[in-house]
Amino acid sequence: MLLRHTSKEVKEREGLTINPAKTCQPIGAMYAALGIHGCLPHSHGSQGCCSYHRSTLTRHYKEPVMAATSSFTEGASVFGGQANLLAAIDTIFAVYEPDIIAVHSTCLSETIGDDLQQITRKARDDGKIPEGKHVIFASTPSFIGSHVTGYANMLTGIAEQFAVSTSAKKNQINIIAGWMEPSDMREIKLLSKKLGIKIVLFPDTSDVLDAPQSGKHVFYPKGGTTVSELQSTGDSLFSIALGAISAEPAAIALEKKCKVGFETLDIPIGLTATDRFIMKMSEVANVSVPDEITEERGRLVDVMADMEQYLYGKRVALFGDPDQLLPLTEFLLDLNMKPVHIVSGTPGQRFEKQMRQLLDERSPETNFRNGLQADMFLLHQWMKNDPVDLLIGNTYGKYMARDEDVPFIRFGFPILDRIGHSYFPNVGYSGSLRLVEKILSAIMDRQDRDALEEKFELVM
Amino acid sequence: MEANKIYPDPLQVREELIQRYPSKVAKKRAKSIIVNDPEIIPEVQANVRTVPGIITQRGCSYAGCKGVVLGPTRDIVNIVHGPIGCSFYAWLTRRNQTRTESLMDANYIPYCFSTDMQEENVVFGGEKKLKIAIQEAYDLFHPKSIAIFSTCPVGLIGDDVHAASKEMREKFGDCNVFGFSCEGYRGVSQSAGHHIANNGVFKHMVGRNNTPSVGKFKLNLLGEYNIGGDAFEIERIFDKVGITLVSSFSGNSTVSQIENAHTADLNVILCHRSINYMGDMMETKYGIPWMKVNFVGADSTVKSLRKIAEYFGDEELKAKVEELIAEEMPRVKAIIEEILPRTTGKTAMLFVGGSRAHHYQDLFSELGMTTVAAGYEFAHRDDYEGRDVLPKIKVDADSKNIEELKVLPDPELYNPRKTEAELEALKEKGLEINGYSGMMKQMTKKSLVVDDLSHYESEKLIEIYKPDIFCAGIKEKYVVQKMGIPLKQLHSYDYGGPYTGFEGAVNFYKDIDRMVNNPVWKLIKAPWQKAGATNGKSKGLEASYVTQ
Ligand code: SF4
Ligand code: SF4
Repeated sequence: MLLRHTSKEVKEREGLTINPAKTCQPIGAMYAALGIHGCLPHSHGSQGCCSYHRSTLTRHYKEPVMAATSSFTEGASVFGGQANLLAAIDTIFAVYEPDIIAVHSTCLSETIGDDLQQITRKARDDGKIPEGKHVIFASTPSFIGSHVTGYANMLTGIAEQFAVSTSAKKNQINIIAGWMEPSDMREIKLLSKKLGIKIVLFPDTSDVLDAPQSGKHVFYPKGGTTVSELQSTGDSLFSIALGAISAEPAAIALEKKCKVGFETLDIPIGLTATDRFIMKMSEVANVSVPDEITEERGRLVDVMADMEQYLYGKRVALFGDPDQLLPLTEFLLDLNMKPVHIVSGTPGQRFEKQMRQLLDERSPETNFRNGLQADMFLLHQWMKNDPVDLLIGNTYGKYMARDEDVPFIRFGFPILDRIGHSYFPNVGYSGSLRLVEKILSAIMDRQDRDALEEKFELVM
Repeated sequence: MEANKIYPDPLQVREELIQRYPSKVAKKRAKSIIVNDPEIIPEVQANVRTVPGIITQRGCSYAGCKGVVLGPTRDIVNIVHGPIGCSFYAWLTRRNQTRTESLMDANYIPYCFSTDMQEENVVFGGEKKLKIAIQEAYDLFHPKSIAIFSTCPVGLIGDDVHAASKEMREKFGDCNVFGFSCEGYRGVSQSAGHHIANNGVFKHMVGRNNTPSVGKFKLNLLGEYNIGGDAFEIERIFDKVGITLVSSFSGNSTVSQIENAHTADLNVILCHRSINYMGDMMETKYGIPWMKVNFVGADSTVKSLRKIAEYFGDEELKAKVEELIAEEMPRVKAIIEEILPRTTGKTAMLFVGGSRAHHYQDLFSELGMTTVAAGYEFAHRDDYEGRDVLPKIKVDADSKNIEELKVLPDPELYNPRKTEAELEALKEKGLEINGYSGMMKQMTKKSLVVDDLSHYESEKLIEIYKPDIFCAGIKEKYVVQKMGIPLKQLHSYDYGGPYTGFEGAVNFYKDIDRMVNNPVWKLIKAPWQKAGATNGKSKGLEASYVTQ
């Protein structure tokens, strides 16, 4: 037993988090900034945070993840980090030549009260930012929210600091990507293309964190939303924010600054969420949905109908981030499965309300908790009290899955022990089809493994 | 070295590495990029601040304290006091394996504990929440020990983790609670955290259990963290020759072993950087000498075992050691001889940690490979130049604020295991007693030594030297591989190992053979990208199949 100290009896905790189902803001900010072309994320704090964030993203993607740090020592921590950040900006432009430096704070610089806006303004006034280059920033204190909040904060910073509205509207739609994989972003672009809609997707980590082996290390890979695309978002017709927690704040910022209207949708994971996405897209761009997409959808529904017996009533425990959990839960319900336990470390009433509403309508007895102490330890205890047939979550779930002997699907962040998430999407109809395939394989492999010899089936 | 013939003048290489830097940065970096001469051993600037903005390999003091030194002991509940991230990232990522004797034994390594500090804790202080967390951990698990680790905000807001620990320790009575002020901004790298960890373990753990350990040849293994099962292999070897391992700092260890460590008669040190303080302090307080050894590499293992036997000066032990060598080495030899033709003459670069960039050179030389450049991520000058340099090291502001424990001989327990004369005689025989001669003495003339290598420098080095393999960590792994050069991770071993002892040497030989000779490196270019390829623009036969 790997988690041998996890008891069945649930006791309320107030101080101790055990096996968190979240991590800290800056890693989200770093990930978002990597989706901007020619951008070097910069961690304003001590070296450790930057090292940890780079390592975790690297393990998740098996790709280079470049980011710099202000390398605070004790002096900077006491007297403020301005000198460190200014020196860093000099060094970075000289050595790594990015188009953009995207600075995010850390707990340390937040605690000492460094003002990133003031420091970056000083950098500009002191002539440290070369012509045509940019330094943007986002405040990302980890004692608030989670990695998802950090992602949202950096995206908001990007929108605020780049978008401009000229008088000329552009015939394009902004899609603000909530936290999703490069593969998902690629799929969103593909769907938009099939719909014949010109979009600006930001951020866009495809062709950044899934870069090909070419014998060269391309420091700034070809992907990422460009500065001119970002600037043009202020002239777009409309914004669609995919994800209430991770994407909507940027849409709000864009509306405030450039009066671009927006609507927030779920990340299109699963059939109904994708339906809503396609409907909204066709509505705002005033295009009809091509047969190609209708047929894609049909293939997904076909599988759902043909394989329903294996899915029906299967009990699922899941943990992860709000913007994924919500459509995923909805999809599981559409598959006639039973989400039994749901946990997210990311706090927030908005998510809590939305999830409650969904569950109240369709699965009122589901255990659900988010925020402080909504951790994997609690989830595991719930699983011990009320066993499940399937566990869905990030790599850390494998310890619970092994102890409880439950089939396990890796979904979310981080996935440290498998590949695939960066190459094959979970969004759209085809992504959802892949998800169903994974769920079926996990369940049916288990049925095969456990079947009595006389009950072992050839055809399923 | 052979490499001289093909490579440019190393002084020129240095120029190239620093030419892009702003002049102040270049001046600073130049002092950390040194052309080696094993005869005179030039000075290397080490353990100094990384220039802000430089993409560095380094992490923080908390990582060195909690992640490296304390992490591998399985039955301590390690609570990280701070916002969630610090604890999350250090959760199981270092691959410290551990093996309990039964399912009843405590093992908290798969768990992650944090106070998950919130804004109000930063504003109004987090001590109250910390104490609640300690209480909850105690109530849930009843562990022998609870350790508290401070992350950056904690020091700044003035939470006193030591006072909170003391209060709870006294309250519980049967649980040793102690804290570490290992905020990430202390020192300049993980190294500060090692020192802080050594101090805390020495103060709060070592010496708590005076039950004499049993065995004829009793030692502690210091600076071994059981990554990939390294400690298991060393334990196997010790077992076979009849050496008693009293405790390990800290791979595969338990609290009670460490509390009993002072009853051993020798400390052998693997990773000098992370644990030398412990060796020194135990020597002063209890009279246990320490000796530098290396179990990375088959020949190094043989040498180290002989040195240990020499230290104990026992003929029976010496005979057992020789017996084991005779038993193990033929298999190792057979394998390396088969591999050697495929690895001989190849080159390696090692930039990692505080000892491995040195130790793994032994394995590469067993593979017939030359180390053309090497350096540490967080070492000090003594790890490069040898401990003789210690009196000459200037203590700067960043190191000054890390406590130096004042240790005195224990009035009751101090018992010098060897007389001065005996120790001198052993040193004469080549045993590195209370000493370490560092990396550079072993490296060839004109090889390059670079401390705290930056990303930019690593790319330049690869361009210039085109090594056959590069050794570093996860952050460098895929960068280097994108350049078409295999990278061996020497923190996590690429999820392989063990690499210690005889079994480990064989594993490493095979892994390196596989990596440097993997056909994938020749598949990078598509056929149409290769010289002379036509990429569809050809005339001739193919064209006639094109329909449009
Ligand atoms: S200090 Fe804050 S930003 Fe840094 S790793 Fe810890 S939680 Fe994250
Ligand atoms: S530098 Fe500070 S905040 Fe960052 S990981 Fe280390 S202890 Fe945590």
